[in-house]
Amino acid sequence: MSSIQVNQLLTDNRVIVFAGSGGVGKTTTAAALAAHGAQLGKRVVVITIDPAKRLADALGVGGTLSNEPSRIDLSAPGELWATMLDTRTTFDALIHRYSPTPEQATRIIANSFYQNISGALSGTQEYMAAEKLYDLYNDSRFDLVIVDTPPTRQALDFLSAPARLTRFIGHPLYRILIAPANAGMKVISTITQPVVRLISKVIGTQALEDTVEFFQAFQGLDSGFGERAAAVEKVLHDTLTQYVLVSTPQPDAIGETQFFADTLRKQKIEPALLILNRVQPRFADNALVDTQSIAAQDLTLLEKNLAHFHRLADAQDEAAQIFIGSEAQIPVVRAPFSAALLDNPEKTLETLCSLGALMARAD
Amino acid sequence: MDPNQFFTASRVFIVAGKGGVGKSKIAAALTLAAQRCGLTSLLVETDGKPVPSGISSLSLTPPEALREYLDTKGLGRISRLMITTGVLDVITSAAPGIDDLLVLGKVKHLERSDAADVIVVDGPAAGHAITMLRTPQAISDAVKSGAVRLQADEILEMLRDGSRCQVVLVTIPEPTPVQECIETAYALEEEVGVKLAPIVVNQVDTSEPLDIPLSLSEHSALAQAAEFRNAQILRHHMNIKKLDEQLPLAQLIVPDLESCTIENIADQLLAAIEKL
Repeated sequence: MSSIQVNQLLTDNRVIVFAGSGGVGKTTTAAALAAHGAQLGKRVVVITIDPAKRLADALGVGGTLSNEPSRIDLSAPGELWATMLDTRTTFDALIHRYSPTPEQATRIIANSFYQNISGALSGTQEYMAAEKLYDLYNDSRFDLVIVDTPPTRQALDFLSAPARLTRFIGHPLYRILIAPANAGMKVISTITQPVVRLISKVIGTQALEDTVEFFQAFQGLDSGFGERAAAVEKVLHDTLTQYVLVSTPQPDAIGETQFFADTLRKQKIEPALLILNRVQPRFADNALVDTQSIAAQDLTLLEKNLAHFHRLADAQDEAAQIFIGSEAQIPVVRAPFSAALLDNPEKTLETLCSLGALMARAD
Repeated sequence: MDPNQFFTASRVFIVAGKGGVGKSKIAAALTLAAQRCGLTSLLVETDGKPVPSGISSLSLTPPEALREYLDTKGLGRISRLMITTGVLDVITSAAPGIDDLLVLGKVKHLERSDAADVIVVDGPAAGHAITMLRTPQAISDAVKSGAVRLQADEILEMLRDGSRCQVVLVTIPEPTPVQECIETAYALEEEVGVKLAPIVVNQVDTSEPLDIPLSLSEHSALAQAAEFRNAQILRHHMNIKKLDEQLPLAQLIVPDLESCTIENIADQLLAAIEKL
């Protein structure tokens, strides 16, 4: 991977999604490449959908990230913006957008079923992440949208989230649930429908009534939602949308990364880049070294220590080789283990920029 | 502390932690450690990851949990119908929290039916762990009656009873994981009201700092490796200190093992528990 390729990835595309298991430095590498994109003259916005406020930390603006993108103070030819996904606010905005009347929007937002699903409950988050991505994709302030994903195996659910919603709206059950409103009947009469009666046994009459009420209020919004979902899905599969895998060179992480690669391929998406992060250094003598004057027992300890890191580096190379060997077509960038980034909270933005530049230069 | 006493303080241990901290291995090692104390133990895997061999385990996914739940309620036919017609898909799309409720419901069922002396749950990654453990309260607030409400209330009762259930947080001695661990701990205590077990600090470099002889050139690999090692020891020490200062919980220190098999980690955990 030459610098031209990493730079091209940043300059030639509209969306870059970072995927990988937790703790591999996804947020940091996403922010670092976003910062590098700004150095290349791009107006970049980076979204995190991780509940922990890690991106804010990495960008040195801890606690101030909101659902609205905020500009990061960075001297660069381009611009760097950052935002954190607020699932509830994003969902509310969507309801307002597609409600025929403000009253209907208020009615939906007040519904307890809606409040239940629009909070931080799992699943909604992935869908709203796709929604937010689409929103920023269409925002003329930005050339490039960089997306960080949650640290779970379900992270890539957002690829199928819009499709799930469309399927849901087309499902016969949905038609049954909204039927009484169409026929001008009372909500409770849906209970007479056998399938609905079964569900009510499981989730309770009250929950079902709330659900039915929600879907009735939702009527009129469904076609807008459906079209929107289709548009979002198109962006996720666009040729100018790229997927970057992030991993550390440890066997466990490499295994999980293969899982993500497989998940992408099931969606017919080929990852554009693999970032091997926190590669431990392999120490080598870069000058003639005289060890004669060192006490034998000190030397033994030092040699034992060096041997430890050699074994670690070997194990890393071996683990990475398995991945590289089987995924030969994915270009690989190695990012070093950076104690400076860990230890220097005040200098983080600067460190991020240099990490971004380093990754772009890495071979 | 006597390990037997540690493992019988509650029946359920929910293991949570940021990705990359070795959460799943710690969960498996805890299960094995309990077994070595002469207790029957069961590992419940919830993230769809393969379960390790050599210990009694169970992989739990929401559809399976729902099917079992309905079976126990005598609604087996309905569950099959719901799954085959895709109704289940719709319900979980419509009410995503149901997934978490089903899994926690199954854990509660295992606990009530004395499935094992110790039930270790390999929970989701830290951020999602809070969401998952908050779900029963959210559903209890939103749903006024019915089986789901009852289920949510019963799960809440278990989560809030320290003699039935504890949460084991796992972290590593690096700045971001430690920070997240502190935030998660407070969020879980305040918002869910769970009892937190001692924190597991994993992959700690417990070796002695190396004395680098002045005569050794800084260009030598020996000096660089020693310097790297010393910086790591110091960093780990500082982060453990920070965790200790900001989170008043006992710590179980698990050293960074070159061969980090579940057996080796279980040995280290038992040794750390004895030191409590």
